[in-house]
Amino acid sequence: MLNAAQPRIHGEPLTELPHDLYIPPDALEVYLEAFEGPLDLLLYLIRRHNLDVLDIPMAQLTRQYMDYVEKMRAGQLELAADYLLMSALLIEIKSRMLLPKPAHIEQEDDPRAELVRRLLEYESMKLAAQKLDALPQVGRELLVAQAYYQHIPQQQMPGVSLDELLVAWRAVLERASRYQHHKVSRAELSVREHMTLILRRLKNDRLVEFSALFDVSEGIPKLVAYFLALLELAREGLVRFTQQAAFSPIYVQAVEVF
Amino acid sequence: MGDSMTEPQTIQSFKNVLEAALLTSPEPLSLEDMGRLFEGSVARTTLRMLLDELKADWSERTLELVQVASGWRFQAREQYAPYLSRLAPDKQQRYSRATMETLAIIAYRQPVTRGDIEDVRGVAVNPSVIRTLHERGWIDVVGHRETPGRPALYATTKTFLDDLNLRSLDELPPLDELAQQEIPLAL
Repeated sequence: MLNAAQPRIHGEPLTELPHDLYIPPDALEVYLEAFEGPLDLLLYLIRRHNLDVLDIPMAQLTRQYMDYVEKMRAGQLELAADYLLMSALLIEIKSRMLLPKPAHIEQEDDPRAELVRRLLEYESMKLAAQKLDALPQVGRELLVAQAYYQHIPQQQMPGVSLDELLVAWRAVLERASRYQHHKVSRAELSVREHMTLILRRLKNDRLVEFSALFDVSEGIPKLVAYFLALLELAREGLVRFTQQAAFSPIYVQAVEVF
Repeated sequence: MGDSMTEPQTIQSFKNVLEAALLTSPEPLSLEDMGRLFEGSVARTTLRMLLDELKADWSERTLELVQVASGWRFQAREQYAPYLSRLAPDKQQRYSRATMETLAIIAYRQPVTRGDIEDVRGVAVNPSVIRTLHERGWIDVVGHRETPGRPALYATTKTFLDDLNLRSLDELPPLDELAQQEIPLAL
């Protein structure tokens, strides 16, 4: 396991771990990327070696930390920045502790206080994250019940009054009057035949605007036959008239027979 | 429509309507929602009483009626989860440590900025972590801190509480404050 990054001291390969180094051999196998950052690594070192977090031996911790960071630098340069910043902080704290305290200052803040506060806050959040992850979660341990419910829209197609139908009919007649030819013919106008014509038309188009059913150029008798056929179809329940709002176009559709 | 339906007359029929609504709703139903079922004619206290009864009615069944942050819902008892999850082989992955730690900081220290999160974790916040939590509907931006850059303040949502079966933030697991209490003030 150690052959990849064989440590050297004064150019000599280090074959045995020095006894004063606190990193046990199996720790070297820990994937370095498993750490979530410098605080996580520091906490690991502190907890691993049972160091007192409230009285951190800075020399020891800094040495162990630097050892890990060196290994990390070899592999993941992009991670290094946060870790290097922490190295600098550790060394700074260590050096401040080495400075002799001026006698006239009664109580100076411990240089480690801020680091300890951050370590404990991070550890608290790290443990909280584990607890949150252990909570049952919807989609994982919790499955929300949902019975199927087919919402059937109750909205009805608006009905059409006879008056409105008449108004529409008059409009058709009026347009037809412009096409009137004074030709007398004996067209055999069967209402039944027109009923079939309309149904066939509705079979293709399903929804036809009322006025579009009439070809005004065919003359009034023909139109009358169509209109009677439509009324007859409606009476027999074979077609349905719908209209979205008053005076809007009236639509004719065949009633589906299943 | 109004003519053909009769308003419930008995306690049982009120409970039946509530039960049908709760079972078919994709989201937890709030008291307001449930009040609308009866066009406001049932008082909130009555609704609570009916819900308590309904909960008791289902106590021996495979589903349980629970209250979460945004209301009431039916869910399968936890003991059935291992079986039910076999139906969905692509079951939810666990979130990374980075994501869970970020979530914990937002949940316990909200509202927080990215900078706050970075201070606690000691590393830069990966934008994808924030995005993941946002897309899950667990966090959102509740404001901006009046400091240079006006950083966004993140907080957890009702959906977060719902999904963790919690009614409020008070029900989050308590923090391990032990070590912190030990810090002498003079330190």
